[in-house]
Amino acid sequence: MAEHEFHMPVTEDDVRKLKAGDHVVLQDMLFGIRDATLIHMFDKARETRLDLNGHAVIHTAPNVKKVPVSNSCPVGYDSVCIGTTTSARMERFTRPLMEQNGVRMIIGKGGLGDDSLQAFEELGGVYLAIIGGTAAMETTWIERILDVDMDDLNPESLWQFEIKDFGPLLVAMDAHGNSLYDTVRGDAEGKRAQALAAMGVDS
Amino acid sequence: MDVDLEAIEETAKLLYIRALKVLPDDIKEGFQRLDASETDATGKSILATMIQNIDVAEDTDNLLCQDTGIPIYNVTIGRGVAVDGIDLKAAIKKGCERATTEYPLRSSVVHPVTRENEHTSCGRRVPVINVDFSDHADELVIEMIPKGSGSENGSFLKMCIPAEGVNGVKTFVIDRVLEAGGKVCPPTIVGVGVGGTADLCTKLAKVAATRALGSVCDDPEGAKLETQLSAAVNTLGIGPQGLGGDSTAFAVHVETAATHITMNPVAVNIQCHSARRAKATFTPTGVEIGF
Repeated sequence: MAEHEFHMPVTEDDVRKLKAGDHVVLQDMLFGIRDATLIHMFDKARETRLDLNGHAVIHTAPNVKKVPVSNSCPVGYDSVCIGTTTSARMERFTRPLMEQNGVRMIIGKGGLGDDSLQAFEELGGVYLAIIGGTAAMETTWIERILDVDMDDLNPESLWQFEIKDFGPLLVAMDAHGNSLYDTVRGDAEGKRAQALAAMGVDS
Repeated sequence: MDVDLEAIEETAKLLYIRALKVLPDDIKEGFQRLDASETDATGKSILATMIQNIDVAEDTDNLLCQDTGIPIYNVTIGRGVAVDGIDLKAAIKKGCERATTEYPLRSSVVHPVTRENEHTSCGRRVPVINVDFSDHADELVIEMIPKGSGSENGSFLKMCIPAEGVNGVKTFVIDRVLEAGGKVCPPTIVGVGVGGTADLCTKLAKVAATRALGSVCDDPEGAKLETQLSAAVNTLGIGPQGLGGDSTAFAVHVETAATHITMNPVAVNIQCHSARRAKATFTPTGVEIGF
């Protein structure tokens, strides 16, 4: 259970060193994406001007406030509350995000599926679990909203955040075929019959 | 008792914002109870972070979770209350819109086909406004629930048949909790509707999921199911966030309704650990805000 700190962006070697169960803290830069962002990027072939190569993306759609442009709010957005959404809905976008945009880390909650795990192994990527529903804390790790693209999709725009000490995050799916979610799910399914039997149900 | 519609609008706004920031005491106590009994190291550390987040939200006056949810208002009108129902609903909707635009909150509500967001947290038939009546003559109660989507996506209905019996109900609940895994942000409140029609069954599951912890189904058969299912789901080991542990659910809540001789419906609706609620009680002496 090693501890790692990365100044973004990272290399393929960096992420291949990570093992499920490790803890990670990220510095400098993070991108926010969501259902509509990904649908527009990959189903409607919209290209972003932001460079995601080697970066981490978080499954989010923040609460923001429009403010005058300033050094602390360079695109006129201040953060109100920034958290994480359930990743599973965005499963089919993991591979294109990695292949076409060079994304190396996906941050989310609840985990991703088999196709993502395979993409992480083949292309060099990881899934970092954040604790869903703890947005008040997460917001304190965001320094500024640096840029935004595809803002017609607001709040599901493509966000660029400046971050400081973003984490600890748990490596829940690594580039070696390990998923903590699969382990827990397998164990839980093994306990199903016993749980039912305790209520008098034969299965 | 007459009702001031401006006060209703203002309160509908206040309740939405307050619900997003402050968890009810019964949920906070639920966290302490789970934390005390959790034996898994990962599970325990995740619960500690969730508890810390509750404090950070209150200390920084911020939202607990980024998901502002689908706004639901449950209105209970006492028999001595005189109010125009159409105006009452309009005032609640206006308050909900104002919370969103004035705070500002993220509007999480879109048209189901065009996916267009009006940026008001409102749209066709939203906010959801449920109206019921009570025997308390001079009392009007508005409960506000911002229902998060991660857990709302953990909603299921099965029209079991009578031959499947109550065992079909129990099996369905266990299998849906397994299927939902970490996606619904455990520890959760698993709401179960048993009986009724398909729509009533689903509605009862939501009532169960949003009931205060410690409350018990007033049908003894439902209460029995609650006890059995609450113990059973926490033997599965899904744990906080689906990353392992004893704390899969704070509780399983059950609501029942009579059903047809040919039917045995069961519905599941899940509430995430950010089990947010806020309540206002209007009486002739004023408005009391609570949970």
